[in-house]
Amino acid sequence: MSAEMAVFLVLAAVAVAGAVSLILQRHPIHSALSLIAVMVSIAGMYLLLGAPFMAAVQIIVYAGAVMVLFVFVIMLLNAGQEERTNLSRMAHYIGVPLGVVFLAEVALWIARGSTQFTVQPSAASSTRGLAELLFKDYVFPFELTSFLILIAILGAIVLARREES
Amino acid sequence: MPISYFLVLSAVLFGLGVVAFVFKRNIITIFMSIELMLNAVNLAFVAFARAHNQLEGQIFVFFVIVVAAAEAAVGLAIVILIARHRGTLNVERVDTLKH
Repeated sequence: MSAEMAVFLVLAAVAVAGAVSLILQRHPIHSALSLIAVMVSIAGMYLLLGAPFMAAVQIIVYAGAVMVLFVFVIMLLNAGQEERTNLSRMAHYIGVPLGVVFLAEVALWIARGSTQFTVQPSAASSTRGLAELLFKDYVFPFELTSFLILIAILGAIVLARREES
Repeated sequence: MPISYFLVLSAVLFGLGVVAFVFKRNIITIFMSIELMLNAVNLAFVAFARAHNQLEGQIFVFFVIVVAAAEAAVGLAIVILIARHRGTLNVERVDTLKH
C-alpha cells in the first residue's frame, strides 16, 4: 500500500465519520463541528489530487468563513437540542430507503462506467494555470460572482434587519 | 491511484447528505447537510479535473464555493427571520402554508 493510499484512507475515514456524526448528533453545534471535520479532510483530498489552491480556498472560505457564520447563527439563536416528533420517525422510513437506493445507483454507475480513469502522477503546480484560466477565459463569470456577492450582502442585510414600527 | 475511489467517497458523502437532509428537524442542520452535499460534488469535480488533466473542473469548484458562500449568507438571514417570527427552529412548526 502506497503512502498516497494510506493518506486517502485516513482522510476518507475522517470524512465519512464526520458525515455520520452530523446525522447522529442532536445538538446543532456538534453537527457544525462534525461538518468542519468533513471539510478539512476534503481539503486534504484536494491536496492529494494536486489542487493546492482549491485546498486553501476550501479551508479559508468553507471551514473558515461559512462555518463560522453557521456557528455564529447557532449561538445567536441559542439553538438547543433537536426535538423528536412523530413525523421524524416517518422520515426514517422514507430516508433510509432513499439513501440506500441512491447509494446503490451511484455505486452501480461507477462500477460500470468510469473505472478506466486513473489519477496521473504528474503533479505540476496548477495555481498558475488556474489564475490564467480565471482571469482570461472566465473573467466575465468571475466579475459576475462579485456582483452576486454584492447582491447577497444586500439581501442578508435587508432580511435580517429589525423592522422599526 | 484510481479516480473511482474519490468518486465512491464523493457518492457516499452525498448520500449521507441526502439522509441528513431528510432526517434532521433543525433548520440550521438541514442547511448544513446542503453544504455537505455541495462539498461531495466539489470533490467529484476536482477528481474528474485531475483525471482528465484539465483545470476547468477546478474553476467550476471555485464558482460553486463562491455561490455557496452567498447562499449561506442569505439563507442564514432567512433562518434568523424565521426564528424571530415563529420562535422555533423546528421545520415542522413552520407550516403556515398547510393551514
